Amino acid sequence: MIYATTPSQTVGPYFAIGLPWPEGPHAIAPEHPDAIRITGTAYDGAGDPIADTLLEIWGADPDGRYADLWEHGGPATPGFRGFARFGEEGGDGRFELITLKPGPVRVSEGIVLAPHLDVTLFARGMLRHVVTRIYFGDEAQANAADPILARVPAERRETLIAQPTENGYRFDIHVQGPAETVFFAV
Amino acid sequence: MSEPSTEKAHAVYKPVTDTPDCYLRPGEDEQTPLDYPPYKSSRLRHPKQPLVFMPQTITEITGPQLGRERVLGELDNDLTRQHPGEPIGQRITLTGRVLDTEGKPLRGTLVEIWQANAAGRYRHRWDRWPAPLDPNFTGAGRAITDDDGRYSFTTIKPGPYPWGNHYNAWRPAHIHFSLLGRAFVQRLVTQMYFPDDPLFPYDPVFNSVRDERARQRMVSRFAMSASEPDWALAFEWDIYLRGPGATPFEEAL
Repeated sequence: MIYATTPSQTVGPYFAIGLPWPEGPHAIAPEHPDAIRITGTAYDGAGDPIADTLLEIWGADPDGRYADLWEHGGPATPGFRGFARFGEEGGDGRFELITLKPGPVRVSEGIVLAPHLDVTLFARGMLRHVVTRIYFGDEAQANAADPILARVPAERRETLIAQPTENGYRFDIHVQGPAETVFFAV
Repeated sequence: MSEPSTEKAHAVYKPVTDTPDCYLRPGEDEQTPLDYPPYKSSRLRHPKQPLVFMPQTITEITGPQLGRERVLGELDNDLTRQHPGEPIGQRITLTGRVLDTEGKPLRGTLVEIWQANAAGRYRHRWDRWPAPLDPNFTGAGRAITDDDGRYSFTTIKPGPYPWGNHYNAWRPAHIHFSLLGRAFVQRLVTQMYFPDDPLFPYDPVFNSVRDERARQRMVSRFAMSASEPDWALAFEWDIYLRGPGATPFEEAL
């Protein structure tokens, strides 16, 4: 390392001027036959919904391919951005993102990552963002073998598991409090 | 390359030129704290449990490529030309490079900014303090870095503004910056300040960065040489995102 990183500062209350855009919450077109909706609410330490969250997700497509610069794993599903951003201020704190359900990712011999999405959460009051992961409640077998979940104390793993709904999954985030979501140092 | 089975597994995910397979991890004390009592809104919005160490997997060393989708017009990086008239205020140019901690430029990466107008008012329904809105100023811009990692904006210098954190609290003038970098772990949202702002000693957001040298990395520099005669004063600010680190995923497991 030659240079030190630029420090983080809070996203503040007015990010809606610059960051959200209409297609932002859609990592894939909502009419795609395999599109899923991930809905949830972020709560603060008093149990109140955080009405000014900026939430981003990043993950692989159903075949474990990434829509990044290098197309890791080969070209991802056409039209799949891999990334979605939800930002709303003054709502009821509920977020909704549309994406494809990620597939398992084999990173090397004997190591398979369970289907997961990386989540970045920003808000006024957070001087830097926090990172968590969404795993899927209908992937119990894959989850049991996931090397990252294995690092999470067993009694807290449940905070990372999204539960199936009619058209997707529900994933609530508790920034603080008795049900505090696991956040990661990456 | 070792035995074929390993080679096959790696063939899929082993990069590709010039992409690190893991990134630097700043220590907790080298980062802006999540819990900083002088900034009152942080009280109920920071995790109290320790963060869980996560070895960086393929998901963290890859990242979205949003540039082409977000920067649509030639004027996206000129905040003074988004309306029929010119905004009130001091016109400035703001340029700099996006680099990693090895000094390597990040090409083609998205830089998003938003800011208050010259009177210190945001065009946002929650900002109601008695300073005027400017019909010719929205306050949002986007740019893509060039081959040297350079971005460039033309805007007006934002004003300071009051807020409710404590009695007579004022934020120093700043421009919000959002960067995606190339990898999930390079994500950065921060604020760029202007040199010699007299409000620095009083601002808990600025001072949440405890190290003086680190705070200075958020302050732009005035650049007389880059200023344009009879047109605009120039400020320069380089942004450093996390660079290559030392512990690849499999070794960290």
